[in-house]
Amino acid sequence: MSFEVLGNKDTRSGFGEGLSELGKTNIDVVALCADLTGSLKMDAFQKDHPERFFQVGIAEANMMGMAAGMTIGGKIPFTGTFANFSTGRVYDQIRQSIAYSQKNVKICASHAGLTLGEDGATHQILEDIGMMRMLPNMTVIVPADFNQTKQATIAIAKHYGPVYLRFGRPVMPIFVKPDAEFIIGKADVLQEGTDVTIIACGHLVWKSIEAAKILSEQGISVELINMHTIKPLDAAAILKSVAKTSCVVTAEEHMRNGGLGEAVAQVLGEHLPRPHEFIAVNDTFGESGSPMELMTKYVIDTQNVVAAALKAISRK
Amino acid sequence: MEIVKLEGIASQVRRDIVRMVSAVNSGHPGGSLGCTDFLTFLYFEAMNHSATPFSMDGKNEDLFFLSNGHISPVWYSILARSGYFPVAELGTFRKLSSRLQGHPSTDKKLPGIRMASGSLGQGLSNALGAAQTKKLNNDSSTIFTLHGDGELQEGQIWEAAMYAAANKVDNIIATIDFNGRQIDGDVENVLSLGNLEAKWEAFGWEVLSMNGHDFENIREIMTLAKSKLGNGKPIVIIMKTEMGQGVDFMVGSHKWHGIAPNAEQLEEALKQLEETLGDY
Repeated sequence: MSFEVLGNKDTRSGFGEGLSELGKTNIDVVALCADLTGSLKMDAFQKDHPERFFQVGIAEANMMGMAAGMTIGGKIPFTGTFANFSTGRVYDQIRQSIAYSQKNVKICASHAGLTLGEDGATHQILEDIGMMRMLPNMTVIVPADFNQTKQATIAIAKHYGPVYLRFGRPVMPIFVKPDAEFIIGKADVLQEGTDVTIIACGHLVWKSIEAAKILSEQGISVELINMHTIKPLDAAAILKSVAKTSCVVTAEEHMRNGGLGEAVAQVLGEHLPRPHEFIAVNDTFGESGSPMELMTKYVIDTQNVVAAALKAISRK
Repeated sequence: MEIVKLEGIASQVRRDIVRMVSAVNSGHPGGSLGCTDFLTFLYFEAMNHSATPFSMDGKNEDLFFLSNGHISPVWYSILARSGYFPVAELGTFRKLSSRLQGHPSTDKKLPGIRMASGSLGQGLSNALGAAQTKKLNNDSSTIFTLHGDGELQEGQIWEAAMYAAANKVDNIIATIDFNGRQIDGDVENVLSLGNLEAKWEAFGWEVLSMNGHDFENIREIMTLAKSKLGNGKPIVIIMKTEMGQGVDFMVGSHKWHGIAPNAEQLEEALKQLEETLGDY
């Protein structure tokens, strides 16, 4: 199976388009931003709905607290800032005012992971998925491309409860169909196969598509899953696939600790232990560099997924 | 409401507080006793609110946010005595499976609570969010808050303070429980707030002062505060109180911030507090 490239765009622009559409279709959607309106592509919403756009300045703790309060009276707040400032900086505010208080806030986080690039490790958060998936009541979504980020943005407005939506900065190929349906908690099986299961999220889905193509040329049949929802995790899809292939690779732009791989390992360890290789950053901070250079240096690139698949198969 | 009636309610609420914390040998009586008169006035006179049915959205109601969540005993007593839930439930405070958690929370669906609090400094932001939603909904009701003075050491308070003035959030009346005490001692010694009135003024707020143990003064200042709503400035009341007010051996000491009276001390405290509405 081949994947048609429908264009090239950044996932954050998918968020911006989704938010803009929500502004037109859902009067209860409000947006808050901490001085990163352009970076988050929230300009269109701001322009069209100034009365529903709240610029809070460089004050993320206040933004999270306000977002929680705005739900009282029926609004659906979408907060926008970088992933680092959306999670690590405000963990306690999210924990008490949003997750524990079960507020209908959508925490929308851009520039996640290494592909933030040149700004370096201060801004390249690789722990956010872990922090967010540890919180009771929190849904965690990491869409794969521009189209899927737009679809996810629209979908989470209809889902009641706290959501963490993680996306990024670099321009990447688009392969999800523009009319695809986004179902929270339901894995997308992109390609069926029998030798190895590759489960990826975010930018690593495209890298895994590239890897699957290379593996296919070597006669290896890959089952490829886009796990856009990390929590709740589609355990049934994982077990069904790994029961067939008997080995798995997980691939993500995040720490090994706390990420997609760990979530998948929890399911398999409990129900179906099989060889599992992890493509993820291994207990280190990032650094400055171009997004693609960093993915190579921190061994979360296409070739690393290929090598991990071969190793997983060899361990069967 | 007649002042004597408000005083009667406050006396019963103080009895509830010392009995609740003594029963589980934990909780925060000092600040609770100090804020009893204010919260009595708020719920029994100042606020337009509905106990039954309780609505999380609180549309067309005044809303209250307790930012210093550790004084939950006074809030729980006030809510029960206002009809939000049965008074008998006060006996479950801090016990396993109770809706009356050590610090206020929403997840066990206790009527009257709209936001968890306990980790300090978050309530003003929560209140500002609710205030902005009121405006979007063309709801002219008022948002009230209460904060500890020690709590003002949290940076988030000042993020919120800056936001409120810059954005003319003028449907909010915040109140500071200015008792001058925190866990480690006097606020002045732990981390001085400096000139608190000047700080709030510099942040663009309308600042009022109030004696938190004089119902006449509470009524006068709350009426004045309400008259200033809608003028383009957020309003803060610096309310002078005594930690432990109403119980002579507790009053004015930070030692009773988070310590419960034993059986003997409870008996001594109850002698000083008239039972007006019937104990739970």
